[in-house]
Amino acid sequence: MSAWTFLWAFVVGGAICAIGQVIMDTTKLTPGHVMSMLVVAGAIADGLGVYDPLIKFAGAGATVPITSFGNALVHGALHEAKVHGLIGVITGIFEVTSAGISAAIVFAFLAAVFAKPKG
Amino acid sequence: MPIATPEERARYQALARRLTPGRPVVRNTARAFVVGGLICELGQVIQALFVRYGGFKPAEAGNPTVAVLILLAAIFTAIGVYDRFAQWAGAGSAVPVTGFSNTMTSAAMEHRSEGFVAGIGGNMFKVSGPVIVYGVVSAFFIALIRYVVEHL
Amino acid sequence: MARLGRSTWDLGERQVAVIATSTVAGTLEAQGPLSDSFDLSLNDDRVGQDTWERAEQTMFRRAAEIACEKAAIRANDVDLVVGGDLNAQLTSFYMGLRPLARPMLGVYSACASLCEGLAVASLAVATGFADVVLVGTSSHTSTAERQFRYPTEYGVQRPPTAQRTVTGAGAAVLARGRGPWQVTHATIGEIADFGVKSPWEMGAAMAPAAFDTLRQHLADTGRSLDDYDLVVTGDLGRVGLRILRNLLVEHGVASPAAVEERVNDCGAMIYDEHQPEVFSGGSGAACSTLVTFGHLFREMKRGRLHRLLVCATGALLSQVSAQQGDTIPSISHAIAFERGD
Repeated sequence: MSAWTFLWAFVVGGAICAIGQVIMDTTKLTPGHVMSMLVVAGAIADGLGVYDPLIKFAGAGATVPITSFGNALVHGALHEAKVHGLIGVITGIFEVTSAGISAAIVFAFLAAVFAKPKG
Repeated sequence: MPIATPEERARYQALARRLTPGRPVVRNTARAFVVGGLICELGQVIQALFVRYGGFKPAEAGNPTVAVLILLAAIFTAIGVYDRFAQWAGAGSAVPVTGFSNTMTSAAMEHRSEGFVAGIGGNMFKVSGPVIVYGVVSAFFIALIRYVVEHL
Repeated sequence: MARLGRSTWDLGERQVAVIATSTVAGTLEAQGPLSDSFDLSLNDDRVGQDTWERAEQTMFRRAAEIACEKAAIRANDVDLVVGGDLNAQLTSFYMGLRPLARPMLGVYSACASLCEGLAVASLAVATGFADVVLVGTSSHTSTAERQFRYPTEYGVQRPPTAQRTVTGAGAAVLARGRGPWQVTHATIGEIADFGVKSPWEMGAAMAPAAFDTLRQHLADTGRSLDDYDLVVTGDLGRVGLRILRNLLVEHGVASPAAVEERVNDCGAMIYDEHQPEVFSGGSGAACSTLVTFGHLFREMKRGRLHRLLVCATGALLSQVSAQQGDTIPSISHAIAFERGD
């Protein structure tokens, strides 16, 4: 991780968000649609082998946007498939993304227990 | 008044469009770029700290970083400021994983009033569901295709 | 009492009077340009309740109580309670006013419910089937948000055409005879659907309904826009109001000067543009109620308005219909008031 990564994290992360914003503002697509599209885009990018180099280059600029979720899902599936054959495509999907999903569920639950919506 | 014909509808919608203020796309995109960039920058810093002081390898540090960002977003949602921030930042707050956390946290908090099981449990994925479903479905097909292609 | 034209009920002869009104306003409304016109201004939209729904029900109940107090009657003197809100199955109306233990008729036409309620209430009074009728509506920004759109803490960026559902409730007591305000006409609207689909563009979805009902009312009664000191729509918002004014001028119903002067919108009046997150104005079943029973009725009492036409507008969609790709049909009902004694 070089010092340049810190710059590219900002630029690449910002750019992915900017793309999402343009889509939301110029089409009738809802945020839900756009986020789903970005996840799928991340998955496709990993399928083509281009997302990992992006992570090496831009660090958190590629791992923080929701696109990295798609990347991680494909990673898990491919890794497990390498070890266990075709069935790994099903068994390995959540392997790498456990941190994100588990954290989101646990913290969302705790927030619901301790906090009330302000409206 | 009889139901409007397609021509009448088209004419009315053209009028409505003319009188409707457009969204400030340039301003919104600039804000999204800056805020999204800053959140990723924060992630980069956290990641570096995990590597330096947490003993994580650079490739592994992404996971705890994402967990920390998710926690931060959950806290800001819980105290009621994330939605205000999101109105300003748009995709800059929605696209990073913080947005994902906000969808889960806000849905869980809102539906607490319907109880723990049907409320929190049954509604937590209300807004974030599509991301998970389509992420997994696309990952399945992409991994399948890649596997098949590699083993042909 | 006669039916005028196709859709208007002439109530004038039967002397349907509004003898008292009440308004209970939420925090943002209480800080807006009409802040001094409400009977009760709240500083907490939860009203100390544990759910948003119960908060709205509490507001509705308080509005009913205040209206009865101001009319110097007890709940038992009310023969019929008519009203509506935006919650599924009208839970705010039924559960909020449950303690009154009076005969109830819930009505729904989204944000046009006030005028639908007033039409039904006036009909009951005019025909003599009820001597005293209580009518009102409520809405709450958080119950509407979580039902029709998203969890309230969800970070979705709203466009400039969005509107904010008004938090509050209002009620009126109607009876035969003379009062400070007389209900003279009710015009029942027809559905208008010009193919608008976006829930962010309610103003554009509803403007045609307001236009149609207003035009029908004028045709049925033989009146012109100038016969009214003010015509207000319920919640078209600033954008919808602009569209309506345009339609009125384009179709020769009134001159540009007349529409600027005499046509306004409760959603545009209830908030100041600079209040946070109000976008193009207020909406909700209580929007027309708070502005009409508060500010506008006060103006009539002070003699500044003699004839008022309120065209409440409603967007008749559901979450399911929107998700299934349907358009947003709308409706508008009009009630004409005249200054009484």
